[in-house]
Amino acid sequence: MLNKKKSFIDKIPNWGWLCISLATAILLWYFLSVNERTARVFPFIDKMVVAFKTVTEREILWADIKSSMISVLLGFLFGFLSSVPVAFLMAWYRPVRYILEPWIQFIRNIPPLAYVPLVVIAVGVGRVPQVIVIWIATFLTMTITIYQGVRNVDETLIKAARVLGAKDSDLFIKVIFPATTPFILTAVRLGSSVALTTLIAAESTGAFAGLGMRIRSFNNSYEVEPMLLYIILIGIIGITIEKIIKFLEKKLTGWQETREV
Amino acid sequence: MERNVKVKIDHVEKIYDGRQGKMIALNGVDLDIYENEFICVVGPSGCGKSTLLNIIAGLLEPTSGAVYVDGKKVEGTGTERGVVFQQYALFPWLTVKKNVMFGLKLKGMPEAEAEEIAMKYIKMVQLEDFVDAYPKELSGGMKQRVAIARAYAVQPEVLLMDEPFGALDAQTRTQLQAELIQTWQEEKKTCFFITHDVEEAIILGTKVIVMSARPGRIKTIIDINLPYPRTQDLKMTKEFLDLKAQIWGEVYQEYLEVRK
Ligand SMILES: Nc1ncnc2c1ncn2[C@@H]1O[C@H](COP(=O)(O)OP(=O)(O)O)[C@@H](O)[C@H]1O
Ligand SMILES: [Mg+2]
Repeated sequence: MLNKKKSFIDKIPNWGWLCISLATAILLWYFLSVNERTARVFPFIDKMVVAFKTVTEREILWADIKSSMISVLLGFLFGFLSSVPVAFLMAWYRPVRYILEPWIQFIRNIPPLAYVPLVVIAVGVGRVPQVIVIWIATFLTMTITIYQGVRNVDETLIKAARVLGAKDSDLFIKVIFPATTPFILTAVRLGSSVALTTLIAAESTGAFAGLGMRIRSFNNSYEVEPMLLYIILIGIIGITIEKIIKFLEKKLTGWQETREV
Repeated sequence: MERNVKVKIDHVEKIYDGRQGKMIALNGVDLDIYENEFICVVGPSGCGKSTLLNIIAGLLEPTSGAVYVDGKKVEGTGTERGVVFQQYALFPWLTVKKNVMFGLKLKGMPEAEAEEIAMKYIKMVQLEDFVDAYPKELSGGMKQRVAIARAYAVQPEVLLMDEPFGALDAQTRTQLQAELIQTWQEEKKTCFFITHDVEEAIILGTKVIVMSARPGRIKTIIDINLPYPRTQDLKMTKEFLDLKAQIWGEVYQEYLEVRK
C-alpha cells in the first residue's frame, strides 16, 4: 500500500508536480472568482490581463517597479555593508557582543511598520525614509546571521592554518572569510526577503511611486484588479530573487556538507 | 652514536583558569626528544596530552617553563613543526590538491612548484585519483591521509599528531599505521604521536611515554626496541605482548587513579 503510493509520487517528475500545483492554484482561483462572496477580491486571469494593460498604459507599472527596486537595493546594500563589520566585531570582541546583541534581538522583533512613522517624522517623506527602514530591517537580520556564521568557524581550521604558517591577515582571507561565505550567502537571502517584505511598510507613508504605495492607492480608489496584479508581481519578484541567490549559493558553496538553513 | 636533542621540553607547567577555578593540566613536564625519534604518548583522557602537544606546536603558551626546538625557544607556531589533528581539519572549500598546497602557497611558493610538491605527497598517501575531490567526498581514512600529506608538504622537522587515527575503524587504522611507519622510514622526522591505543603506540614508536593524570606529568618512558619495518605480525610475538602488558599495566593504574 505504502509502496504503491510512493511509486506513484516518484513517477511524476518535479516539473510535472509544478504544473499540477499551478493547475490546482488556477482552479482554486477560478472557483474563488466565481464564488459570490470572494468574486470581488479574486478577479480571474482575464481581468489580470486587462489590468496589466491599464497599468502599462497609465505608465505607472515600470515606474513603480523601478522605484521599489531602487529602495530595496539601496536599503539592502547599506544593510549588508554595515552588517558585515558589525557581525565580525560582535564575534570577535565580547564587550561589543554583550552590548549590541540584546538590542539587535529586541528591535528585530518589532515589525518595521510600527516605526515607519517615527522615521518619516525624523527625515521627512520620499526615498530616504524607505531606504532607512529597509536598511534597519536588513541590517538586523543579516548581522545576526553572519555573526552566528563567524562564531561557527571551526577552531581547528584556524589552528591548522596557523601551524601551516598563516599570519593573522592570512587567517582572515584564507580561512575565516571562506568558512563564513555560506552564512553570508544565507544572510543575503534572508536579507533580501526581509527587504521586500519591509518595502510595503516602508512605502506606507509619503511615497511618490512604488509597488507598496500603489497598492494602497488602488485600495483608496477601489481598483481591485490592478491591486491583485501588483500583489502577484511582488510574489514573482520575491521568488525570482530567492532563486537567483540559491543558485549562487549552490555555485559558491557546493563544497559544503549538506546543510539546510 | 651521538644524538641531537631535537625538542627539549623544559619544566613545562600549564594551569587552566576555567570556570571551575584553576586546573593544573601539566605539572612540570621534562622531556628530551631526540632527532628522528618516534615518541608515542599514552595516558588516560584528560591527563594533558593534547595540552602538551599544543604547547610544543606553539598554539598554547605554557604557564611556566619552555619548549626548545634545536635550542631555540618556541614562541608561537612555526612551519618546522607540523601538526595532524584527530578531526582532520581539512579546509572543506578546497580540493585535496589545494589543501595540500595551502602551506606552500603561504610560503609564497609559485603555483607550479607548489603543485608539483603537493602531487608528490598526494602520491605518497595514494590519493592521486582524488586530487580534485572536495573533503566531503572522502572517507575518514582518506581525509586523514590528505591531512598527513598536507603536514608533510611543508617539510616540517617535527611532526606532532594528536590521536590522528582515533576516529577511524580498526582496519583503516591498521593500514594508516603501516603507511605512517613507511613514510617515517623514508623521510625521517621527529614524531610526537598521541594515542589511547597501547598496541598502536608499540607498533609505531621508538619510545612510549606513559603520562599520569591529575596533575599531568610523565610517569614512565619505555624504549621499544622492536625491529623496523614493523608489521602487524609483530603483535603475536612474546616481546610485543610483554611490552603491551607492561604499558597497559602502567596506563591502567592511571585510569584507576582518575576514577577515584
Ligand atoms: N581550554 C581549557 N580550559 C580549561 N581546562 C581545559 C582546557 N583545555 C583542557 N582543559 C583541561 O585540562 C586537562 C587536560 O586536557 P587535555 O590536554 O585535552 O587532555 P588529553 O588530551 O590527555 O585528554 C583536562 O582535565 C581538561 O578538562
Ligand atoms: Mg586530547
